[in-house]
Amino acid sequence: MSTTRLEIVTPRRLVLVADVEMVIARGTEGELGILPQHAPLVTPLEVAPLKLRAGGKWEELAVSGGYLEVMPNRITVLANTAERAGEIDVARARSARERAEERKKGRREGEEIDMARAEAALKRAITRLRVAGEK
Amino acid sequence: MAAGDSLRDIRRRIKSIQNTQQITRAMKMVAAAKLRRAQGAAEAARPYAQALRGLVGRLASRNVRFAHPLLRSSGGVRRVGYLVITADRGLCGAYNANVLRRTAVELAREEREVVVVAVGRKGRDFFARRSFPVLAQFVRLGDDPRYELAQSITAEVERLFVAGEFTELKLVYTRFLSAMQYKVEVVRLLPLHGGELEERGGATTSWDYIYEPTVAAVLGPLLARYVAGTVFGALLEAKASEQGARMVAMDSASKNAEKMLKLLTLKRNKARQTAITRELAELVGGAEALAEG
Repeated sequence: MSTTRLEIVTPRRLVLVADVEMVIARGTEGELGILPQHAPLVTPLEVAPLKLRAGGKWEELAVSGGYLEVMPNRITVLANTAERAGEIDVARARSARERAEERKKGRREGEEIDMARAEAALKRAITRLRVAGEK
Repeated sequence: MAAGDSLRDIRRRIKSIQNTQQITRAMKMVAAAKLRRAQGAAEAARPYAQALRGLVGRLASRNVRFAHPLLRSSGGVRRVGYLVITADRGLCGAYNANVLRRTAVELAREEREVVVVAVGRKGRDFFARRSFPVLAQFVRLGDDPRYELAQSITAEVERLFVAGEFTELKLVYTRFLSAMQYKVEVVRLLPLHGGELEERGGATTSWDYIYEPTVAAVLGPLLARYVAGTVFGALLEAKASEQGARMVAMDSASKNAEKMLKLLTLKRNKARQTAITRELAELVGGAEALAEG
């Protein structure tokens, strides 16, 4: 099966390099399935799990926004943060989810920015928990 | 006999230097540990910086007409901003002095009006003392610079730039070479220059991209991200340089203390011997006096 080189980087580190058969990512315009030989493409990414298949095995990573760049011979993900399932701090994600939910409930007038931040934090926490296989 | 040469004074000085040496040794060990971490962080961040440079370069070369506030280079540069990264703390040899001396040279050479954005307490204090206009400051950076810090610095300088507070922004920081070595760098951060971006990205590739959803929606936010990435890289390089400089400074302080201790120990032994000799002479003299009497 043909593969293409995938590189996932964040400002802090190189998260993963793998030869993949397929990548499924959520861009701002919707879900994208990328196979080798895909046409070159650039899109911003949503906060969502990113799926890849390497050596016939699927793996999921928690990606919190960034960019996806598809080139003829490789794919690069420039993520804000990206963690593999085993790297996720479940306890921290859980408490982040709780905090975000509480903040959303305790919403007052004129707190639009905080609201957006709580929403974003909640999304990140949920994505992490999903990838870690927690509910 | 001079006051500082008495046995008691020498012993006191030895004790005091030993105490100081203990501190400088401890600081050296701490700096060494922090250096390892800071160096690791700086190196780990390079793949991202490289990928980002590549992407921005490839996109810039395919969209040369793309207009964006950060790309606009206004003809006459009236005011120039300096974003200067120093440490929060001293005791790291000439580290801060080297950054600030180089900055001062650059500022003196400027014919345009100059404003400063200070990152790090040492730089902030330096410019405040000399009453340079400091438009923004970021202090208490901690040992482990966070990406969020780079983002807030970027948001602030972007705001100042778009508001016309300066029409060009230069970044002064130290590039980490080794524990012993760093280099003060001065680079232009804003406005971004299409041609330069292109060059850095290696624009020889032939394909064009599908932009989801549009060129503007992709490239616009990417430029701010590029600036933040550059600032973050500089923060990490500066931190590693600082820890290296501190380790070296504390190492040489410990060695100097060692030298002083050797000299003082010698002096102490001499003084002690002199005292013993004198006492013996007095004893002998006393005995002789008794015998004669």
